[in-house]
Amino acid sequence: MVPLSYYLVLSGILFASGVTGFLIKRNIITIFMSIELMLNGVNLSFVAFAAQWGALSGQVFVFFVMVVAAAEAAVGLAIIIAVFRTRETLNVDYVNLLKL
Amino acid sequence: MTANLHLWLIPVLPLVGAAINGLCGKRFSRNLVSAVGLSFSGAAFALGLWAAIEFPSLGTGLYRESLAVWMRAGDFRVDFAFYLDQLSLVMLLVVSGVGFLIHIYSVGYMWEEGGFYRFFSYLNLFLFFMLTLVLASSYLVMFIGWEGVGLASYLLIGFWFTRAQAASAGKKAFIVNRVGDFGFLIALFLLIKHFGSLNFESLFASIQPLGPETQGSGLLTSIALLLMVGACGKSAQIPLYVWLPDAMEGPTPVSALIHAATMVTAGIYMIARSHVIFDRAPAAATMVATLGTLTAFFAATIGIAQTDIKKVLAYSTISQLGYMFMACGVAAYSAGIFHLMTHAFFKGLLFLAAGSVMHALGGEQDMRNMGGLRTKIPWTFWTMTAATFAIAGIPPFAGFFSKDEILWQAYADSRGSWVYWLFGLITALLTSFYMFRLWFLTFFGEYRGSRATAHPQLVAPTAHAGHDHPPGHGQIHESPKVMLVPMAILAVLSVVGGWVSYHHTFENFLAPVFHGATAAPLAEAHLTGPAGESAAEEGGKETLFMAISVAAAAVGFFLAWLLYYRRPEWPQRIVQHIPTLYHTVLHKYYVDELYAALFVKPLLEGSEKLLWRGIDQNVIDAGVDGSAVAARQVSDKMRHMQSGNVRSYAGWVAFGAAIVIAYMVWIGIP
Repeated sequence: MVPLSYYLVLSGILFASGVTGFLIKRNIITIFMSIELMLNGVNLSFVAFAAQWGALSGQVFVFFVMVVAAAEAAVGLAIIIAVFRTRETLNVDYVNLLKL
Repeated sequence: MTANLHLWLIPVLPLVGAAINGLCGKRFSRNLVSAVGLSFSGAAFALGLWAAIEFPSLGTGLYRESLAVWMRAGDFRVDFAFYLDQLSLVMLLVVSGVGFLIHIYSVGYMWEEGGFYRFFSYLNLFLFFMLTLVLASSYLVMFIGWEGVGLASYLLIGFWFTRAQAASAGKKAFIVNRVGDFGFLIALFLLIKHFGSLNFESLFASIQPLGPETQGSGLLTSIALLLMVGACGKSAQIPLYVWLPDAMEGPTPVSALIHAATMVTAGIYMIARSHVIFDRAPAAATMVATLGTLTAFFAATIGIAQTDIKKVLAYSTISQLGYMFMACGVAAYSAGIFHLMTHAFFKGLLFLAAGSVMHALGGEQDMRNMGGLRTKIPWTFWTMTAATFAIAGIPPFAGFFSKDEILWQAYADSRGSWVYWLFGLITALLTSFYMFRLWFLTFFGEYRGSRATAHPQLVAPTAHAGHDHPPGHGQIHESPKVMLVPMAILAVLSVVGGWVSYHHTFENFLAPVFHGATAAPLAEAHLTGPAGESAAEEGGKETLFMAISVAAAAVGFFLAWLLYYRRPEWPQRIVQHIPTLYHTVLHKYYVDELYAALFVKPLLEGSEKLLWRGIDQNVIDAGVDGSAVAARQVSDKMRHMQSGNVRSYAGWVAFGAAIVIAYMVWIGIP
């Protein structure tokens, strides 16, 4: 059996690359994908723990996360399309209306 | 003790008058203001008289009236209570009587002045505090009056507050008095700590059983010395006398009432009231007598050289207060109080007469510009003559009896010594000399002033007294009746006031206070001592001493007559022979300069350089300003964190989370 720590290290790597991508990328879609990556990194540790302890709650939680992520992807992509239509760019540095 | 004297009304009445005049006087006419001022002070005097009439019928010799509890802390308790015994009765009558007369006088004197209502409000306020002081039944209530008269004195010295001199004289009086009050307060704290009471009766009852303290330090000695410091401040004794001459900046009735007749005697009264303590602290009593003797002599020598009529009287007041101190120091309390009373009459009158002279001359205070006024203002002349003879100690005027009594006691008392007597005698000679000098310079010879005729307002010296006489007031003229009547009454008192000592009546009247059931061992010795010797021999000696002091007064008169009437050019020649001494005396021994160099200058410079520029600006301000600057600079840097860039925020969040995780990993999970 694969030890728990392997899963956790992989989960950490996934999460860290998600964070890094979120921070350094300019393109909204890439940022969006980075967020998904972080979510999946977390999901991986959830299921790993669930398998380890034989508790189902972790797995149930993953479903919730996936549902929310799907909903978020739907809304998010819609926003992205709307943004692109109005501003003709996907670079977040130029989408700074709230910053003032 | 069935009779109710309503003592509390006596001080409260002038307070009401002060409140009415002070609050609404601005809208009143001058007539109404004087009516209010006079009726309330007059009512206080009338009540005082009534109390005096009722007093013998009380039988017990003292009367106590408690209004309410002021403060209570454990066993310590102070009431708003008034207390009347022979001593406070004398003070009550002197204060309210002379005070009332001077109120009347002020109506005439201040009529032309601005702030008429303010003046009467202050005068009434002063009476309230002074009467509280003399009627108090505990040191704390006395302290109310003590501080209050200081306040009234400050307000009245600075009455013409637009003149810088008057304003600073008021401040000087107030600050110098603070030094004395400091001593008084510490004495009170010591009394509370060691005897647990400030009430005269219970306090003295608990001190009574203690024996006299021997030379050196002791509780009662330190208390007595601290009380003495307080008395020195109020009664203008060395080293705290410097405020009194400057206090002459106030209107003349104020000088008469506060700085001659009543307030300055508060210190004497306080020492006499505390005689139980002083009797048990011989070292402190000796100190009191020594200070008094020195002050009497010292101030008299200064008085010789002054040319300002009020300054002469001011130094004379200090000198006479020195006599009273001397009397208190040698346990001749009743002699001291007796002199206090006669002094209130004749010195009050002297000031009033001096005010009348100044009134006649439109504010002139320099005696070198007077002369020959005898025929021009006869009433002033005759009343002043009575007062001058009284203070010089010529029999049968009042001052003779009291001064002679003090000199005799200073020698004959168990605590007395011929040194006191000798200095007292020299002072008596000096007193007689400078008073007759004043008398001759003012009233005899040729008129030396410039305001002989019609246009005085052109020469009206603004530097003098702030006495703003309107045009047409210029010719030398006698004062109005409203000023002359109080002067005449005081003149009569200055003549006959001393007669109450005939057959020791006055002393016997006060005896229950000083030697009664509360007699201290030393006071008893004083009573029994002379009786031990042959009475006839004592009497003969006393007569001899009397003759000597009369001779001293006569010599003073003769010298003044010679130098300022017969040979007016001599003083100038004498001065030329002793220029150094003359200038030293003229400048009051440079004591003011010495104090300025020793205390005032270091204080001002220290305050400015060290406290203001050093500590306030460099430490406190710099600390406050510095923290503000630092906050701004730090914020200036920190605000760049808030860039509005969402990803940088996310970066910070990630960074923070990483730190938290690292920390948790490091401490390990339990």
